[in-house]
Amino acid sequence: MAALELDGLTRRYGERVALGEVSLSLDTGQTLLVLGPNGAGKTTLLRVLATLLRPHAGAVRVLGSSLPADAWQVRGQIGLLGHEPLLYRELTPAENLRYHARLHGVGEQRAQEVLDAVGMTRRAREPVRTLSRGMVQRVAVARAVLHDPELLLLDEPRANLDPAGAELIEPLIQGAGDPARGGRPRTRVLCSHDPAADLAGADLVLGLRGGRPALLAPPGEVDGRAIAELYR
Amino acid sequence: MSAATGHLPRVADERDDRPAGPRPPGFVATVATVLRKELLLELRTLESVPGMALFAVTVFVVFHFALNRNGVNGDEAAGILWVTLLLAALLGINRLFVADAEDGGFDGYLLAPVSRGALLFAKALALLLYLVVLELVAVPAFALLLLEPSLGPALPDLPLILLLGDVGVALVGTLVAALAVQTRARDLLGPLLALPLLVPVVIGGARASAPLLVLAHASGPQPRWPIALGLYDLLFGLIAYAVFDFLLED
Repeated sequence: MAALELDGLTRRYGERVALGEVSLSLDTGQTLLVLGPNGAGKTTLLRVLATLLRPHAGAVRVLGSSLPADAWQVRGQIGLLGHEPLLYRELTPAENLRYHARLHGVGEQRAQEVLDAVGMTRRAREPVRTLSRGMVQRVAVARAVLHDPELLLLDEPRANLDPAGAELIEPLIQGAGDPARGGRPRTRVLCSHDPAADLAGADLVLGLRGGRPALLAPPGEVDGRAIAELYR
Repeated sequence: MSAATGHLPRVADERDDRPAGPRPPGFVATVATVLRKELLLELRTLESVPGMALFAVTVFVVFHFALNRNGVNGDEAAGILWVTLLLAALLGINRLFVADAEDGGFDGYLLAPVSRGALLFAKALALLLYLVVLELVAVPAFALLLLEPSLGPALPDLPLILLLGDVGVALVGTLVAALAVQTRARDLLGPLLALPLLVPVVIGGARASAPLLVLAHASGPQPRWPIALGLYDLLFGLIAYAVFDFLLED
C-alpha cells in the first residue's frame, strides 16, 4: 500500500513557487530521501505532508487520506522533526512531553520511556532553555516519535548531535527498534545534506532544485555526479 | 538497555489494549491540557499577570495625583476603573500566544488529533483567570487610591459585572491575539484590533458599575447593562468559535 502519493504537488508563497510539480509514490515502511540545496523546497514539502501547509495544486494522499480535505484523519499519525524543536523553552523536557502525550492521547508513561530512550532522563526536569542544542534535538526526537507515528517527517534529524547522540536516535527514527511496532519500520521522509550517510537507508531519492524535482530514482541509480549537479 | 541503545521499551499497557492506536483526547480533556500548560508557563515566567497588575496600580497612582481630589465616584469612577482594566488586559492579550509563536507551539498543537476550538477555549480561560487575578489586585488598589465611597456596598454586584466583562475581553482578546501574533507588527496590531471591538464591554461595564460606585449607594445596576454584556459574550463566543479554525490553518 502506498503511504505517500503525490501527483503534481505545487505550493507557492505569493508569486514564488516553493514546490512545483512534485510527483512520486512511496510504499508503507519505505524511506524517501530528499536532497537539495538550501531553499530547494525540502522544508515546504515536509510541512505540506505534515498538513501544516495546504497544497495549491496537484493531488496529495498521505496514509490513504487526501490532503487538505481529509487532513484531520491523518493528524496524530504523523511525526514531524523540523528545524524547530516544537518545545516550550520555559518548560522541562518531561513537562513538554507530558503535554504532547496528552494531546495525542498517549499514556504519560510513554513520555518517560522515550525520554529514557534518547538518554535525557537525567536532565528531564531542567528547563529546555538551559539544555545544549544537541540535548534539545534529542528531546525533539522523543517528541516526534512519542505517539508512535506511522509517517515520520525528518528535517536533518542528526543536526547538532554528536556521534553518540546520532547513534542513540537512529533506532527511534527507523521505528524498527520499537517493540510496540512489531519490528515494522516507519514510513519516513528524510531531508538531508549528508547523502553519503543516508543513501544506504533510502528506498527512493528525490532531488529538489528551485522547488522543482531534478532527480527521482532509487538510491542504486543515484551517483555522485547526479548529487553534485543538484548542489551546483 | 533502552537508554544505551535507543531502543524503546514496550508502550504502556493502557495503549496496548486499544485496537487501533492512541485514542485522541476529547474537547474538555484538550482544554484542560492546554490550560494546565498555560498556567504552568505563566507561573514559571510571570510574564503576564504581574505586569498587568503593576500597570493597573500604576495608572491608579497617576490618576490619584493627576486629579488632585479626595476621590471619584459614579460615572467617573466606573470609567476610570474599566478603561484602566481594559488597558491592563491588552498587556495580557499581547502576550497570550507569544510562547506558542516563538517556540513552535502552534505547529505542535496542529499536529495533534485535537479540536482547534479547544485551543481557543483554553486560551480564553487562561486569559479570564489572568483578568480575575488582575482585578483581585487592581480593584482594592482602585478603592484605596481613587474611590470616594466605600467599596463594601458594591461588592455583591461589582464582581459579577466585572466577570461578565472579563468573559467578553477574554474571548475577543484571544481571537485578536491569535490573529496579531502571526504578524510582525503584533504589538501594534493587537491593541488596534482589540480596542474598537472591546468598546462595548467598556460602555456596558461602566454603565452597569456606575450606580454601584456612588456615595449614596441605593440600588443595583439597571438590568439592561448586565444583559447587554451577557449578549456580547454570547455573540463573540459564537463568532470566535466559528472563525478560530481559519486563523490557525494555513
